[in-house]
Amino acid sequence: MSLRVSELRVHYKTLRGDVKALDGVSFTMDDGEILGLAGESGCGKTTLGKSLIRMDGRMRHVGGTVELDGRELPIGDDRAMNDYRFHEISLIPQYSMSAMNPTRRIGRMVTELLRSRGVTLDRKELESRIGMVGLPREVLDRYPIELSGGQKQRMVMVISTLLDPALLIADEITSALDVSTQKAVAKALLGFRDGGYVKSMIFITHDLALTSHIADTVMVMYAGKLAEKAPSEKLIKAPKHPYTKLLINSLPEIGVRYEERKLAGIPGSPPSLLNPPQGCRFRDRCPLAGDECAEEPPVNEIEPNHFVACWKA
Amino acid sequence: MLKVENVTKVYKVGTFGGRTLTAVDAVSFEVRPGEVVSLIGESGSGKSTIGKMILGLIPMTGGTITVDGVPVKPGRDYYRSVQGVFQDPFSCYNPVFKADRVFQLIKDSYYPSVPGKEWTERVHSAIEDVRLNPREVLGKFPHQLSGGQLQRLLIARALLLDLKLLIADEITSMLDASTRIDVLNLLAELKGRGLSVLYVTHDLSLGHYLAERTVVLRSGAVVEMGLTHKVFDDPLHPYTRQLLSSVPRLHAPWEDAPPVETCLYHERGATGGLYEAEPGHFVACAKLDDC
Repeated sequence: MSLRVSELRVHYKTLRGDVKALDGVSFTMDDGEILGLAGESGCGKTTLGKSLIRMDGRMRHVGGTVELDGRELPIGDDRAMNDYRFHEISLIPQYSMSAMNPTRRIGRMVTELLRSRGVTLDRKELESRIGMVGLPREVLDRYPIELSGGQKQRMVMVISTLLDPALLIADEITSALDVSTQKAVAKALLGFRDGGYVKSMIFITHDLALTSHIADTVMVMYAGKLAEKAPSEKLIKAPKHPYTKLLINSLPEIGVRYEERKLAGIPGSPPSLLNPPQGCRFRDRCPLAGDECAEEPPVNEIEPNHFVACWKA
Repeated sequence: MLKVENVTKVYKVGTFGGRTLTAVDAVSFEVRPGEVVSLIGESGSGKSTIGKMILGLIPMTGGTITVDGVPVKPGRDYYRSVQGVFQDPFSCYNPVFKADRVFQLIKDSYYPSVPGKEWTERVHSAIEDVRLNPREVLGKFPHQLSGGQLQRLLIARALLLDLKLLIADEITSMLDASTRIDVLNLLAELKGRGLSVLYVTHDLSLGHYLAERTVVLRSGAVVEMGLTHKVFDDPLHPYTRQLLSSVPRLHAPWEDAPPVETCLYHERGATGGLYEAEPGHFVACAKLDDC
């Protein structure tokens, strides 16, 4: 699997004009790579995830291309994307809690879902995957309401990956879970990659600490653009973009106490994407901003695989 | 300040209320003046139920809760000094009214005799206390403000009263990482002014950042409590250890929790309630195989 996204632009149509949620994002992904996608709310991470599988009615593909294994994906064409959905690209949605049909037992629901895609259910395979995420196989005879949040999340994970997609998009799947369930779900995701059920994965989250445990590479977005992308260890230990630095510094870790070290948030809030500011979009909140930031910084590869969009990096 | 003693809550569940569910089981703890205590637990541990019982929003099944020696009595006098802020700031506002209407509601029911001009000054100073600019937030509708701003306005609203105890129930879980820390710092500043805070959360690192003392709950019962650094640096109960080992850390890989070899509770022959392993550090039975 290889993914190449170039200059992707996706806008939301609103009565007041276009919200430029993705404004020229380029990156590539290798086979077997887990890409963590991080940033504050409204930075375009969910939009990017959705663009790769299904745009909702308000979204418009304005420019740029997405290539999967060298073939261009018709992301703007809802119909044509049907050939790729779930077979090539699959999604675990943000609210898996409400993603299952409440009136069907889970086993029957899975059978029906697969039939709608023209595939017959391999019960043995399904049961082995359910075991892999740590669920008993009896869940197939239960209704979704009988499962806890973490169990539902893991069940949806199994369903989303049943057709062995090349690329899996996991959108904020752990944010509603308790820490111990979060760990179990994260480990199950890693198991899916290592077991070859999915090839590569985009893991969308706002929790940088969790991303650093799962992802090989982390990409930080800000206001619809790429801010920094680097191997996860490098990004956590030696971030170059001021936004990444501030994000990491605002993370309370166990061991940090208010009396000993006062953490600081990032002042201000992200700009409106209806009329994004000229130049560097982080300029107004950036402690380093200078005159050159009035011009938009290009994405530079300062070291192999370490991309930064900042004049000061 | 706040004393929670042997508080129990039993819910009736099932189609006709035929079965019972003990959500909170004989929980006792205390919050002293000017102290932040974090109540940590996973979903279903009863942490929010305890918060709601302190606020008098749901009745207790057993036990007593007192604030400055006075039992919980929902009503104007009680809410003058005890207030709650909850998880979802968006649902706390009526979307068709401007957000600052919450301040007017406080004036109407608590301070009807305060002249308008003085009230405006009080509102402005409360808004400045929560590090907001009154000119930027007053006169706006809820959808024009961010989650962090709305959450801080709710705290400002509570500050307008003679607030002594604030129940903060998961107040940062819907906020971004950078806004979250601003709200936490605000709580820490307020505690410096003598406010007691019960910080209900499932996020251990946030609890650790803020609280002097920590209470760890599991299925309605306290498993461990004590000074925050003692509970976090030297967890005695296997459940606390498991929770701590699950928290993702930036610079260290995930590790499995070190197992608990002996149940301190039974080894030392403790009976009834929690066992005080060291001064101010209490632990419940570890529920090992041989317990």
